[in-house]
Amino acid sequence: MSATLLYALTGCALFALGLGATVLVTEPLRRVLAFNVMGSGAFLVFVGLAQRAGVSDPVPQAMVLTGIVVAVAATALALALIRRLERDDDDAR
Amino acid sequence: MLEFASTALMLLGAGFFFAGTVGLLRFPDVYSRLHALTKADNLGVGCIALALALQADGLASALKLLLIWPLALLASAAVSYAIAERAHALGTPLGDAGADDPP
Amino acid sequence: MNVAVVFDGVLAAGLVWAAAGALLGRDRYRAVILFIVFGLLMTLAWVRLSAPDIALAEAAIGAGLTGALLLDALGGTTAATAGRARRWMVLPLAVTVAAVLAAVLRALPVRSGPLPDAVSAALPESGVTHPVTAVLLNFRGYDTLLEVAVLLAALLGVLGAVRHAEPVRLASAPVLQAAARVLVPLMMLAAGYLLWAGAHRPGGAFQAAAVLAAAAVLLALVGMISGWGRPSLRLRCAIAAGPLLFLAIAAPLAGRAALLVLPPQHAGLLILLIEAGLTLSLGFLLAGLFLALLRSDPVDTGKR
Repeated sequence: MSATLLYALTGCALFALGLGATVLVTEPLRRVLAFNVMGSGAFLVFVGLAQRAGVSDPVPQAMVLTGIVVAVAATALALALIRRLERDDDDAR
Repeated sequence: MLEFASTALMLLGAGFFFAGTVGLLRFPDVYSRLHALTKADNLGVGCIALALALQADGLASALKLLLIWPLALLASAAVSYAIAERAHALGTPLGDAGADDPP
Repeated sequence: MNVAVVFDGVLAAGLVWAAAGALLGRDRYRAVILFIVFGLLMTLAWVRLSAPDIALAEAAIGAGLTGALLLDALGGTTAATAGRARRWMVLPLAVTVAAVLAAVLRALPVRSGPLPDAVSAALPESGVTHPVTAVLLNFRGYDTLLEVAVLLAALLGVLGAVRHAEPVRLASAPVLQAAARVLVPLMMLAAGYLLWAGAHRPGGAFQAAAVLAAAAVLLALVGMISGWGRPSLRLRCAIAAGPLLFLAIAAPLAGRAALLVLPPQHAGLLILLIEAGLTLSLGFLLAGLFLALLRSDPVDTGKR
């Protein structure tokens, strides 16, 4: 098994781990972490597959770069919504 | 000759990192753990940066690699101070009854 | 069995261990710290996969900015620990998904198709010599344009969701400020270099913007700048300038056969212009994602 295939398989495992944690865990912060882990798993699969032929394929790398930046923006938005949820819960009490 | 020095320095750096990690895991409180980590941060990074600089392909790359060391020193010193001050402000006691992780 | 295989194996195991600890552990604080560790291990994985651009972005954004955002979010109400309900359904689901994905992976052909050759063939006309930058800003430039729009939408969402009475300013710490005074100018220099170097080696607008945002986060944490209450007009113009510049360059090209086809004789200059605008705007934008969420509650780890 080549190194890149190992990383792609790790990406599969991370994706499944994140998916399981999204179902299993109810706390909002952990769910945000779980989505990030799923995203990282998907990125690993992308780039692992891109490198398998030995030639560095730049198109998946560009897409993963885009994905990482969008993931941080989505995480920030999710945390802002969690903050708003907490505040509304506190106000409602 | 350069290869030999570089490998020796890398092994030395790895040794410092190992010692720092053992200290992190075994010392009883925040302050002594910080003390152990500074060994890894300062000397470990310095030895490895020097070892890589000896193997670099030009003076520019070697100097860039060596630049990592003072920056790591600065960051580690500032962060260690912040952690220790915060632990002290929280009232973390010395010795066996200390916190599990640095705050 | 050579050393590289052992290293890759240990790194892959470390990735799964850190992710499992972050998601399934008992303590929120430990979960966030392990997530930051996961981000740093991912950086190493990107280096091993010969993707230095992604490694730079992951180190600055994934481990750095996301870590700062999550640590700031810890100061909220302490929710209950991870529920253990429905555990019987989760494990078979996860194992099935992993097995199906792995089987599909093994079944895919090794040769990745015509894209790498097409990119190398078209690279001389793209205006830059680094293939990832060429793909990002020339061949798939509209992806980047839409991505910037998504980032803007996220910032608007964050600004709309949180409400601050007045801008939050953390307590100033003189020792840390001294360190910041040395580090921040170097970070700005590094950002400028990454922007410039993106044309012919790993780097580019996103990495440069991430370093600028990290500098802003550092300044906020040591108490030298305050968080955002309602961003001023100047700030909003700075954030809008990059995407508007990108749109201004894209609009005259809209009539051609494909979207955002840069004319080869000006492509290098146009890419540099777009990247410079994006670096500035995205730097403020990513910084704003953190600064708008900044609050002054000290992180309560619950431990002593």
